[in-house]
Amino acid sequence: MDNLKKRELVSKIFIFISTFTAILGLFWLVFILSDLLIKGAASINWSLFVDDFVPPGLPGGGMKPAFIGQLIIVSIAVLIGIPIGLLGGTYIAEYGRNSKSAKFISMLSDLATSIPSIVVGTFVYAVVVKPMGHFSALAGSFALAIIMIPVMLKTTENMLKLVPWNLREAAFALGTPYYKVIFQIVYKSALTGLLTGTILSIARIAGETAPLLFTSLNNSFLSCNLTQPMASLTVTIYRYAMGPYDNWHTMAWAASFVITAFILILTIISRILVKWRYSKNG
Amino acid sequence: MKKEGTKSNSFELKNKITLFVTMFAAYFVPVLILSILVSLSFESADAFNKFGFFRFITTSTWDPVKQIFGGAAPIYGTVVTTVLSLIFAAPVSIGIAIFITQICPKKIKGIISGAIELLASIPSIIYGMWGLFVLAPIMSNYIEPFLQKTIGKLPLVGIIFKGTPIGIDLLTASLILSIMIIPFITSVARDSFELVPDNLIESAYGIGSTKWEVIKNIVLPYSKTGMYGGMILGIGRAIGETMAVAFVLGNKHEIVLSLLGASSTIPVTLANEFTEADSKIYMSSLFYLALILFVSSFVILAIAKYMILRTNKNG
Repeated sequence: MDNLKKRELVSKIFIFISTFTAILGLFWLVFILSDLLIKGAASINWSLFVDDFVPPGLPGGGMKPAFIGQLIIVSIAVLIGIPIGLLGGTYIAEYGRNSKSAKFISMLSDLATSIPSIVVGTFVYAVVVKPMGHFSALAGSFALAIIMIPVMLKTTENMLKLVPWNLREAAFALGTPYYKVIFQIVYKSALTGLLTGTILSIARIAGETAPLLFTSLNNSFLSCNLTQPMASLTVTIYRYAMGPYDNWHTMAWAASFVITAFILILTIISRILVKWRYSKNG
Repeated sequence: MKKEGTKSNSFELKNKITLFVTMFAAYFVPVLILSILVSLSFESADAFNKFGFFRFITTSTWDPVKQIFGGAAPIYGTVVTTVLSLIFAAPVSIGIAIFITQICPKKIKGIISGAIELLASIPSIIYGMWGLFVLAPIMSNYIEPFLQKTIGKLPLVGIIFKGTPIGIDLLTASLILSIMIIPFITSVARDSFELVPDNLIESAYGIGSTKWEVIKNIVLPYSKTGMYGGMILGIGRAIGETMAVAFVLGNKHEIVLSLLGASSTIPVTLANEFTEADSKIYMSSLFYLALILFVSSFVILAIAKYMILRTNKNG
């Protein structure tokens, strides 16, 4: 009897520890997000979005060039990355379904989603920035696209594989060529999934800093020239947070809040989409 | 009849074009990985020829003026922060996975899982900034002096807590890294715990095991490979993390035994010095570091994926 009590006590202790670790995990999340909310949301004001940078040490100013730059860099990355990822995933799930090379590519993409982003930055520096002779927004977009492609490819593959095979067979039986089956039937029934993949890939790159450090670099002025260095929100946050001025820190917190809120909202939307689409139809 | 023929010809052509275009897109990934490997090797050739491999990774001198470069300090920093972060994160992550799969009520399971996964979507620059402005002061004011007063007093072990606690050090960096890799280890561990067959668990309860005994003797051994796979994935994630560490580690090319000393890691060195490198050999040495980082993270991730794949097949 004593032994039994001891075993139960040990069990209770470990259950307590395990519960405690879960609380610890949630604690970090709440800790970080609440700091962002307190320090960031409180210091958001209109001038953050509409005012230009001011020289170091002067009061006022905003981050307009960084917001515009971020929008341009990410949009171009999306324009390059999404189509390539989508088509590549289509090949792996459709034409290459049973081939060994497609399986190999799928595995490689899985690994590629975790390549250190700073390595991608050095690579783009070597193949784009160096031959061009200077830093450019395009190089930054290219770096982000590289990070995005494997993510989009894997999600596309998984989503297309969820489409039942007999749906395709039904179309084949009517004499429909494969490309039409893909574009008009498979894509249509996997639409929510593909949208989720797109949102997730954007969320994945929107907060990246390391690959932009030496590709799009930075710019103290508003620039829309793709072949020149361009300020991005993340690199600006890094510069401002590491700087010695208090008003820089406040602005960095505010910008961080904006970017994190954007990414978390995207992530949560994509999760709701998946839940809504795939729990309804089994 | 003739018209039909041309139509099916155009279908075939369009089908071929689609096949070709999608295949081209799919091969982008292997081509990319290969070109990263080739271009980084090409760029680091100068440094490789001058410093060799073993000399480069064992020399801690990093002197842009005399043009002598050795990667030992950032490599040491990378290894220490990665290992420490795994030591912090692994028990917590496995505890969370146990909680989610075995302990918590079904209703809140999804919420807790989802919340932990949200940790992975917070951008690394936010972790870094939060680390610098929030965590570092807490570490230097409370936690580090406390550690010095307790463990720091012990002989031998004490050396790892020597120095002035400033909060910008290996310990803080590792702690932040550990928070970042918790979601990755948790999600792999959770998936492999869920593969444990229910009848195995039920029969253990049937012979009168307590909850902990079931977890310790059935669940954990059954999902061992997956769990280790998750931990290795965590290592692969931590090793290449840049921004979170760049804020709280300083950038010091020195091998310090104390965890309370500033140091550097490979990604941090790259982030801080890439745009400043003013000579060919300096640049080449940085590319050399990037190559070492790329190859080691790729190998580690491959091992992790292999192990995770193996558990899924068993289940």
